[in-house]
Amino acid sequence: MSLVRYFSLRYTVLSLTIMNSLLARLKRDSFVLTSLVSKDFKIKYRRSILGVLWSVLNPLFMMLVLTVVFSFIFRFEIENFPLYLILGKLIYLLVSGSTTAGLSSIFNSASLIKKIRINKAIFPVEKVIFEMVNFTFSLTAVVIVMLYFQVAPTPTVFLMPLLMIYVLLFCTGLSLILSALAVFFRDVVHLWSVFTLAWMYLSAIFYPVSILPEVAQQAILWNPIYQFITYFREIIMWGTVPSLQSNLICLGMALSTLAVGILIFRKLQKRFILYV
Amino acid sequence: MRKDTGIYTFNPEPVGDYAVKVSDVSMVYNIANEQLNSLKEYVLKLAKRELFFREFLALQNISFEVKHGDSFGLVGTNGSGKSTMLKIISGVLSPTTGSCEVNGTLAPLIEMGAGFNLDLSARENIYLNGALLGYSRKFIQEHFDEIVDFAELRDFLELPMKNYSSGMVARIAFSIATVIVPNILIVDETLSVGDMFFKEKCQDRIKSLIEEHNTTVLFVSHSISQVARICENAIWIEKGIPQMIGTAKEVCEAYSKSHKT
Repeated sequence: MSLVRYFSLRYTVLSLTIMNSLLARLKRDSFVLTSLVSKDFKIKYRRSILGVLWSVLNPLFMMLVLTVVFSFIFRFEIENFPLYLILGKLIYLLVSGSTTAGLSSIFNSASLIKKIRINKAIFPVEKVIFEMVNFTFSLTAVVIVMLYFQVAPTPTVFLMPLLMIYVLLFCTGLSLILSALAVFFRDVVHLWSVFTLAWMYLSAIFYPVSILPEVAQQAILWNPIYQFITYFREIIMWGTVPSLQSNLICLGMALSTLAVGILIFRKLQKRFILYV
Repeated sequence: MRKDTGIYTFNPEPVGDYAVKVSDVSMVYNIANEQLNSLKEYVLKLAKRELFFREFLALQNISFEVKHGDSFGLVGTNGSGKSTMLKIISGVLSPTTGSCEVNGTLAPLIEMGAGFNLDLSARENIYLNGALLGYSRKFIQEHFDEIVDFAELRDFLELPMKNYSSGMVARIAFSIATVIVPNILIVDETLSVGDMFFKEKCQDRIKSLIEEHNTTVLFVSHSISQVARICENAIWIEKGIPQMIGTAKEVCEAYSKSHKT
């Protein structure tokens, strides 16, 4: 009897200490994360007069350029084309921006990794969070476009946090994979820039899916960016609640990418120091 | 290729008999006979079965213990594995075989200032570097003045650090790293930076950590006299092989004798 009590007590103490150390680590990591994110913001907008306003202006100008291009050269029958465009472009920029930055985050932190014992996953995760914060600022641009075209928001906009969680998990997973691989093969850097370019054209950012042939319309459903963009357009532009199925698809894609990312990263991170 | 079985255990509490216990640690680096940097080359070599690695033993069966409050020196010529040993102890590198156990908080003084961003001001860098070293925000806020005063750079706090001289950067780095009272301090020839007066100040700070706070010190230096003066015990490593473990005086004597003949 006492043996059982001894072990259950031991187990409780053990799990409590594990919980405590986990919490302490989480607290430490979150302070490092916020410090690094604020550093990135300071570096990004250093000596610019408009500063963080550029996070809003940049997508607006990009939308203007693309709208001009696509209203004169290619014409698609899409209602509120600029809004359609900017929603797609923002999600695409979030994914490509965070993964491209995440990609080089490990070998760019070589000097730190070689000297300080630190949770290495912090570096790619920080880049994703930074782009996520940037994306949140850019949402102001969406509001401006909606006001201009007098698109009234519906209660579906409250699903926004859900979408952001999906994208966050997806980008984190992808960044973990890429940053780990890039340590061993710098080719990934060059490959990824080509890949993201192709991905942009494959994500129905500035054309309607209906112009695609039947096969391509089926294939595009496997494209996570396209799924996220459609979700975004549904809740912002069309005011419809995304079906349970599309929620599950987005969540599934995000979680599976994250799982693969964590697996690969954990397997490789021990050997980073020998290659960075 | 041998299997990695090395174990590193870290406990932030200074418990047990030893601050650092290294048992039978070996470190093997695989050195590729050719530089392979691209995926294409790698796959081609792998397919042709031409992928050979040369094993390089940086450390061979090193064992030693450091008691709490002891000051322990590592001596040896360049490239003999001293820094590799320190990297294993600080947990940056995991040993190939053997085990390394550390009990107590660590403060590494290995090439300080690694986390600085020179575009930011000193104030911002103190917070950033502190975070990377594992301090909490509250801790940095409370000790901010102490850090600045020790570095004697209050007038330049808002200046981007790229305008600092290397000595000034080293001052800030040393102040941040030693503001905490660690259980174990790792010193890797960092005392060669800064001017004479600051060097003295650093040595005083390390001395006070040893004498007043019972901090364990691991000290690496080429300067035999420095090791003999600061340390009680020492290990002499040559080309990764342990030559001698004993009191610092004995080890230093044997080491300098072997290099005179």
